[in-house]
Amino acid sequence: MTARTNEDWLRLLGEAEEAAVAELREVLHRGLRRALAGRAAADDGFIEDVTQDGVLKVLGGLTTFRGDSRFTTWAVTVAVRVAFTELRRAKWKDVSLDRLVEDAPARHPPAPPEVPSQDARQAVLAAMHRIIGTVLTDRQRQALVAEFKGMPQAEIAVQMGLTRNALYKLTHDARQSLKRGLEAAGIDGDEVRAAFDL
Amino acid sequence: MSLSPDELKELARYVLLTRPDEIGCDDWLGYAPSYAELVAALQPISEPLQKAAGHLVLCPECAEEFLALLAALKEDGAGS
Ligand SMILES: [Zn+2]
Repeated sequence: MTARTNEDWLRLLGEAEEAAVAELREVLHRGLRRALAGRAAADDGFIEDVTQDGVLKVLGGLTTFRGDSRFTTWAVTVAVRVAFTELRRAKWKDVSLDRLVEDAPARHPPAPPEVPSQDARQAVLAAMHRIIGTVLTDRQRQALVAEFKGMPQAEIAVQMGLTRNALYKLTHDARQSLKRGLEAAGIDGDEVRAAFDL
Repeated sequence: MSLSPDELKELARYVLLTRPDEIGCDDWLGYAPSYAELVAALQPISEPLQKAAGHLVLCPECAEEFLALLAALKEDGAGS
């Protein structure tokens, strides 16, 4: 394997030099095999496919390399995201986000407390239900509910037509609204921790 | 479908961790390679990088990818 500097990699891949592209492919293939070791869904065929997708993603994103790591580390990082996005989406791509969140939380008040010791938890749960149902925007609620139902962010982002960063901002704003809403309801962090044994 | 009490508990945990200045998943990806190299080499981490890595506490997907990246780097020895 050739020892290349970051500048070499950028120049040669920028020119789509054949040997450098082949070496990149080898680096990604080796990295992905290690990164995905032990995952049943990541068989040889899957690793071949995501290696190829990773090569394309790296070649298309050369200008986003910041230069503060080895080029190969950055390239493997990009390929790992490609691979995990694909792994997660494979499980969820047939699940409709609308179906997943169609039943708004506000329509489901929590069950009455069973024992007095759960009063505090029920109060926090009720406040969370109320804030999710009435304070959050429809988009915030949709993204947040889907995320905590386990839908992968990449899939939520695709179905909502958002970038990963934009989706993160949406759910971050939702969490901040929840935090403020709980505080406004007189429920502070200690009470939330105590209610849920956190 | 509403969130179950267990899902709301998990959400509550994240609400408690919520900070005003979080970075998103795409932004984190920019920091991940240098952070991974320093962690793999047991080198000191600068404060801005540590702050960026706070994303891993709030984002299970990026955390999962980061562990996989470390596995890729570890067996790579000094890297290629
Ligand atoms: Zn993330």
